[in-house]
Amino acid sequence: MPTEVKVMDAHEMRRALTRIAHEILERNKGAENLVLVGILRRGAPLAHRLSRLIEQIEGTAVPVGELDIALYRDDYRTHAVSDIGATHIPVDITDKKVVLVDEVIYTGRTVRAAITALMDLGRPACVQLAVLIDRGHRELPIRPDYVGKNLPTARQEFVEVKLEELHGEDSVCIRKPDEER
Amino acid sequence: MLTDLISLRETEPTDIRRLLDTAQSFKEVLERPVKKVPTLRGKQVVTLFYEASTRTRVSFENAAKIMSADTTSVAAASSSVQKGESLLDTVRNLRAMRIDCLVMRHPQSGAAHLVAQALDIPVVNAGDGMHEHPTQALLDMLTIRQHKGRLEGLTVAIVGDITHSRVARSNLWGLSKMGAKVRFVAPATLLPRDVHRLPVEVYTDLRKGMEGADVVMALRLQQERMERGLLPSLREYSQRWGVNTKALEVTKPDCIVMHPGPMNRGVEISDDVADSGRSVILEQVTNGVAIRMAVLYHLLGGEAAG
Amino acid sequence: MRTIFRNAHVCDPSQGIDKRADVVVDEGKVLAITEHSTPYDVGSCEVIDCSGLVLTPGLVDLHVHLREPGYEYKEDVQSGTAAAVAGGFSAVCCMPNTDPPLDEPSVIRGLLKRVEEVGVARVYPVAAITKGLQPEGLSEMAALKEAGAVAVTDDAYPLQSAEVLRRGMEYAAQLGLTVMTHCEDKSLTRDGCMNEGFAATVMGLRGMPSVAEEVQVARNCLMSLYTGCRLHILHVSTAGAVRIIRWAKEKGAPVTAETCPHYFALTDEACMGYNTNAKMNPPLRTQEDCDAIIEGLLDGTIDAIATDHAPHATHEKAQEFALAPFGIVGLETAFAVSYTELVSTGKMSLSQLVDRMSCQPAKVLALPGGTLQPGSPADIALFDLHRGWTVRAGEFRSKSRNTPFEGWELQGKPVLTMVGGRVVYRHGM
Ligand SMILES: [Zn+2]
Repeated sequence: MPTEVKVMDAHEMRRALTRIAHEILERNKGAENLVLVGILRRGAPLAHRLSRLIEQIEGTAVPVGELDIALYRDDYRTHAVSDIGATHIPVDITDKKVVLVDEVIYTGRTVRAAITALMDLGRPACVQLAVLIDRGHRELPIRPDYVGKNLPTARQEFVEVKLEELHGEDSVCIRKPDEER
Repeated sequence: MLTDLISLRETEPTDIRRLLDTAQSFKEVLERPVKKVPTLRGKQVVTLFYEASTRTRVSFENAAKIMSADTTSVAAASSSVQKGESLLDTVRNLRAMRIDCLVMRHPQSGAAHLVAQALDIPVVNAGDGMHEHPTQALLDMLTIRQHKGRLEGLTVAIVGDITHSRVARSNLWGLSKMGAKVRFVAPATLLPRDVHRLPVEVYTDLRKGMEGADVVMALRLQQERMERGLLPSLREYSQRWGVNTKALEVTKPDCIVMHPGPMNRGVEISDDVADSGRSVILEQVTNGVAIRMAVLYHLLGGEAAG
Repeated sequence: MRTIFRNAHVCDPSQGIDKRADVVVDEGKVLAITEHSTPYDVGSCEVIDCSGLVLTPGLVDLHVHLREPGYEYKEDVQSGTAAAVAGGFSAVCCMPNTDPPLDEPSVIRGLLKRVEEVGVARVYPVAAITKGLQPEGLSEMAALKEAGAVAVTDDAYPLQSAEVLRRGMEYAAQLGLTVMTHCEDKSLTRDGCMNEGFAATVMGLRGMPSVAEEVQVARNCLMSLYTGCRLHILHVSTAGAVRIIRWAKEKGAPVTAETCPHYFALTDEACMGYNTNAKMNPPLRTQEDCDAIIEGLLDGTIDAIATDHAPHATHEKAQEFALAPFGIVGLETAFAVSYTELVSTGKMSLSQLVDRMSCQPAKVLALPGGTLQPGSPADIALFDLHRGWTVRAGEFRSKSRNTPFEGWELQGKPVLTMVGGRVVYRHGM
């Protein structure tokens, strides 16, 4: 039996996102010119939540986009992606401050693909990165600007983020692989 | 997992649905100012066309180029076909040049099947004789789905030269697998033998065949049919089986009209219908690029690629 | 040299023999069929133990394309007759669509010379009914007959003109020659490449309707009635053709007919997947047609089972379906396919099958063989009916591999063939 350890519950998740929202506003001196772009699929609901939190704090709505990176993955050859979403960003990102949002950063390859995808859509003033979980093991020189929780993991472990919008609950679990028989 | 795309008759419904969904997502890329994604960088896609078809070839090549693949087009006129080289020898030579995917159009039914059996790379049938034209049917289905929100339960009337139409065959299999009801409407001389044993309703009367249809698809009528004595005249054909405003009176009010192109205006479709709000013919063309992107994406992705 | 086949199950429908016996062969002829061959066992004498085997008159094939002269890369006299005897055939009739065609006495004589040199089975040439197998212009049938032709035919180039057929039949009749016809109305088949039906519709292939065969079967039968010329209908493939031939025979027309194993063993479904090894002319039809063909074989409407052995090189078949040539090889599978499909299934008796593959075909053209009557040529086939085997085209003696039966599990294997007292084929004996 694989063992599963819950490392974040709904309450902790809300707190982490609220902190990130504050940090984004602080770093960018307000919400002006900001665009939040969630990486499909789990990054997108998180981006929407951050937008709502920022609106509560600042009273200004921040546009939210969704980014599908299937066409940009460097592991496309070995991981045929069948569940493909559509990129939708409601504003022109040129000269905007774009905050990419994803649930977990791991090797950094997804973020690399997302940055390339963004560049094909326009020329942002800057790109920042917000993640709920940083589980380490980076393979590229990429560092998140905003982190909900640093979570040391082993490579063979699996981090599963569940979100209310997609799975009916908010939680983060670490699953350890099967014990040897 | 899809390894080739030869016919929709032999394609699983789940794969058809996946291709449609993927194409729907990829449509966004076509609206960008810079239409380029890096997905197929370094891949060699060859289009081998033994029949002239600028539209289909350009559509495939655009799809490949948008995804950063390198494309080479081999036209029958400039290839060794003229020297009497066999089809299999031709494609084996192309394969030896380390190409990654072959898109082919051929006047003989079964040509793509023959080639797919001989090659270890994905082969896409861009139309083989009177057999199938799977990407055309997929783009038709995508267009219908965009307008109707679904395929299931729709009634699609395909009107015209059924016997010689690969578009009709591919649409029949694709649409019926997705739960649509397909009708063939044609003069008796343009209906193939034993057509009733296909999952289709058959009509020789245009009005009856169009009654209550959600979608009407007019097929191109080739001049050659007259020469072969299958029809008395273009005039009689257009009067009896041409899709015009009057014929559309009996369809559902929101019925859309499609045509795989190129159109013979005034023969299988009237001018006013082709240019009316019901016509989705140009959307079909746009969707063609998205569908072909999806096909290349799924065939060249994953471990199945050679 | 004397040969004694000892303890065989002898099946010779020409004499109504179907029993355990010994067969004595001497000087190239059948000497005796006896229960006690010991008295014959004198001097130098080969005794072949045939326990558990069936001995029949050698099979006779009315329809073979030996491809020589002109297409030796597909088949030649040596390989074609080797394939024949490996299939239990001691005699074959060869069709004239060679290059040059068998339309001149010199070509017939050249072919028969080759048969003498390298052939292992008897070969009976069938000459072209028209010069160059053209639509008109009768061939020199009298001279052709003198050179060795046993019949004339339009096979592969069916006569479209009823007038040409009429004159050809009148001319052949005065010479006592049978006219063998390939029945196909070309205006109906045009560029068709398989049976017109559901499979062709699904595959998008142009069809050859059964009616194209039937209208010519009817026309030719009527012409036989009108001219009195003996007519042999080649490769009957449709239910309608069987009915028409039955009617013609009832009317007293001097008509005989043949079918081929594939016309009762396969349907047009075999073409699915664009299988060019299931492409032949006439094309494979439907189950209903198969059933009618078997019925016709049973009631004698169809006299003979022939092979229409039509070898083609692998590269010729590895083409787009419509472009690949018509025809399949059949000599090495005909008996086993027929035995498996007809006798093993209980539809037909063994002696009926031997009748249709040996006695009747010999009778159709009054050829020697087809019987073990003492004094007749010692053309003999031995079969192991208990042996199951798998068709492997790679093992054929034919030069070509174009069979639709590849991989089939069949019952009944030819194990020895004798032609004129000489053993020309042995397999595990
Ligand atoms: Zn023939």
